[in-house]
Amino acid sequence: MSIEKNIEVGYISRVEGQGEIKIKIVDNAVEEARFGIFEPPKFFEAFLIGRKYNEVHELTSRICGICPVPHQICALRAIENALKLEVSEQTRKLRMLMNFANHLQSHALNLYLLAAPDYLNHESAISMVETHSHLVKKGLMLKKLGNDLTEAIGGKAIHPVSAVVGGFTDLPSKTTLENLKKRLKNALKDGEETVEFFASVNMPDFERKCEQIALTRKDMYPINDGVLSSTEGLNVNEQDYRKCIKELQADYSWAKHSIVVGRGSFMVGPLSRLNLNFNVLSDKAKAAAEKIGFKPIIYQPFKALMARAIELLNCIEYSLILIDELIPLKNEVVAEGDVKPKAGVGCAIVEAPRGILYHCYELDDKGVVKKADIVTPTAHNAKNIDEDLKAYAMQIHGLPLEEATLKCETLVRAYDPCISCSVHITRLKRSFF
Amino acid sequence: MTGCAGCQMEFLRLEDELLDLLKNVEISYFVMAKRVNLEGPYDAAFIEGSISTPRELNELRELREKSKILIAFGDCACTGCIPSILNWVPPAVSAKVYEDFSAIHSKKESFQRIIPLKEFVKVDIELRGCPPHKNLILEVVKSALIQRKPFLRIHPVCIECKLKENVCLLTFEGRPCMGPVTAAGCGALCPSLNRICEGCYGPMSDANAKSLAETFLNKCGLSKDDIARKFRKYSGLTSALFEEANKSYEY
Repeated sequence: MSIEKNIEVGYISRVEGQGEIKIKIVDNAVEEARFGIFEPPKFFEAFLIGRKYNEVHELTSRICGICPVPHQICALRAIENALKLEVSEQTRKLRMLMNFANHLQSHALNLYLLAAPDYLNHESAISMVETHSHLVKKGLMLKKLGNDLTEAIGGKAIHPVSAVVGGFTDLPSKTTLENLKKRLKNALKDGEETVEFFASVNMPDFERKCEQIALTRKDMYPINDGVLSSTEGLNVNEQDYRKCIKELQADYSWAKHSIVVGRGSFMVGPLSRLNLNFNVLSDKAKAAAEKIGFKPIIYQPFKALMARAIELLNCIEYSLILIDELIPLKNEVVAEGDVKPKAGVGCAIVEAPRGILYHCYELDDKGVVKKADIVTPTAHNAKNIDEDLKAYAMQIHGLPLEEATLKCETLVRAYDPCISCSVHITRLKRSFF
Repeated sequence: MTGCAGCQMEFLRLEDELLDLLKNVEISYFVMAKRVNLEGPYDAAFIEGSISTPRELNELRELREKSKILIAFGDCACTGCIPSILNWVPPAVSAKVYEDFSAIHSKKESFQRIIPLKEFVKVDIELRGCPPHKNLILEVVKSALIQRKPFLRIHPVCIECKLKENVCLLTFEGRPCMGPVTAAGCGALCPSLNRICEGCYGPMSDANAKSLAETFLNKCGLSKDDIARKFRKYSGLTSALFEEANKSYEY
């Protein structure tokens, strides 16, 4: 008789959105491992059709409450590409600053409030308050700094309002930026401590080689643009995304699964970004990474936490550089609807905290959306998470069930999946409920 | 429920108040933040997102039974918000987007529509906004603690705009601002940033959408399609905006 064992998590906690884990082990072999998503789809690509070029970024921001900024910037850049519209250097820098700020708050949230409890024997950051209140406070402080910086530039931290097609409708004052600069400077030390802390926790020893994809740039750490590159030699411009990456339908999940054409699943996110862009890290981030012995290329998915911590410091330092370059701000503002619409197709890729995000739109001559195509970081990672779970379950299925379950959850949380994002589109064909 | 988690994120944006808050309330169910979640009953339930599947509907009904106060948390829960635009997309349009259309529209799994909470259960408090400003969230929590009615603003954005001494974007610049029909709470954020109000707090009480639609048509140069697009953005399902939007819009 065969022996069957199941690792199941019905509603995985401390990630954004509604997902589950199902792993089936028969006779010491993993028969099936999957990260299923039961968050309902929101059909953005359907209802964007018929909407106007100047509201796309406002609507797509609502795909996700954690990473509204990269969705906005990606939509703005894609629409501007379709309209063949160039934005000013100042606008580009403000957008970079806004996205670094979003990464900062998202990374602080994941590291201190969602992931840390796994390594400190706690069920949540709330229960951590009793024993590790300094860590909770540090996480909240860094998260607030990211949010306040986003708010200063975009007018609002969640679903910002002043970034529009062509530029910004309002600009932060010099005093606001200088105050934030002071806070960022003070946070450098907290950033360094973050790297040290997440290098010191006891991470499960698990390695699985897979293709890693990120934007790359030679002159700076990529955030809003770059060349689409991978550890297996991918090297293309954003317009060629669809030639390289396609999607498969998984019958057990409401999110699609991405693969590289001719190869297979891949990883996006902090680890991929860092592995491919180590040389353009900010000075302190690079020094901190070297100090903890982070050497690219790392294929251990749990170490995404370390990469996220290094990136957190990198975000703070790059924000400081950008603020210095931006001050004094030129009084360049645009009103919404300043742009003359025309027909065209445009796409863009930006780095969201969880990895590359792709938007593509076709507009008619009145600027009305005819077609929309959006692929989010968690959709990119979904198949890779399954494969990691499968390999990892092979390694740990002998452990007591509760421990094995927690370890699998911890692995999924290392990816920091953002499930709302992943199901903006889908085809549903569920085999279990 | 069906949403973007932005409202939960706005709650977590109470960074300065969270630790004090935890001394006064016990958070018993919050899957995005906690691994151990309790079954209830609850004193107050903040429900984010709208209803789009039978699974969510069952969960909502259970929560209603278990909770003394049920708060529709944010626009998706109150009005359906931006995802509710889907309700006007003809099947032929969405069929083009998805290859396996028959599977999506299996009624067993999806209602094929976005539905606000109050269509199914009694909602005690509507906390509007996309997302509701964190101070409003705090107001609701504090009111629940001392058992009084929360002060949530249902007067128009225009009042907050006047208090900020902004120049009116609608009357002086002829720009199609939704402020006159939209509930306050944001502190007239967008008009203060030289941007027209898009209506993200939903309609105010006694909103005169008909009059605003006429102004948009005659003074701002908007087409009827443009007007319907504006009215069907954050709260097209509400009675205040529904009828005006229905007058002309076609894909």
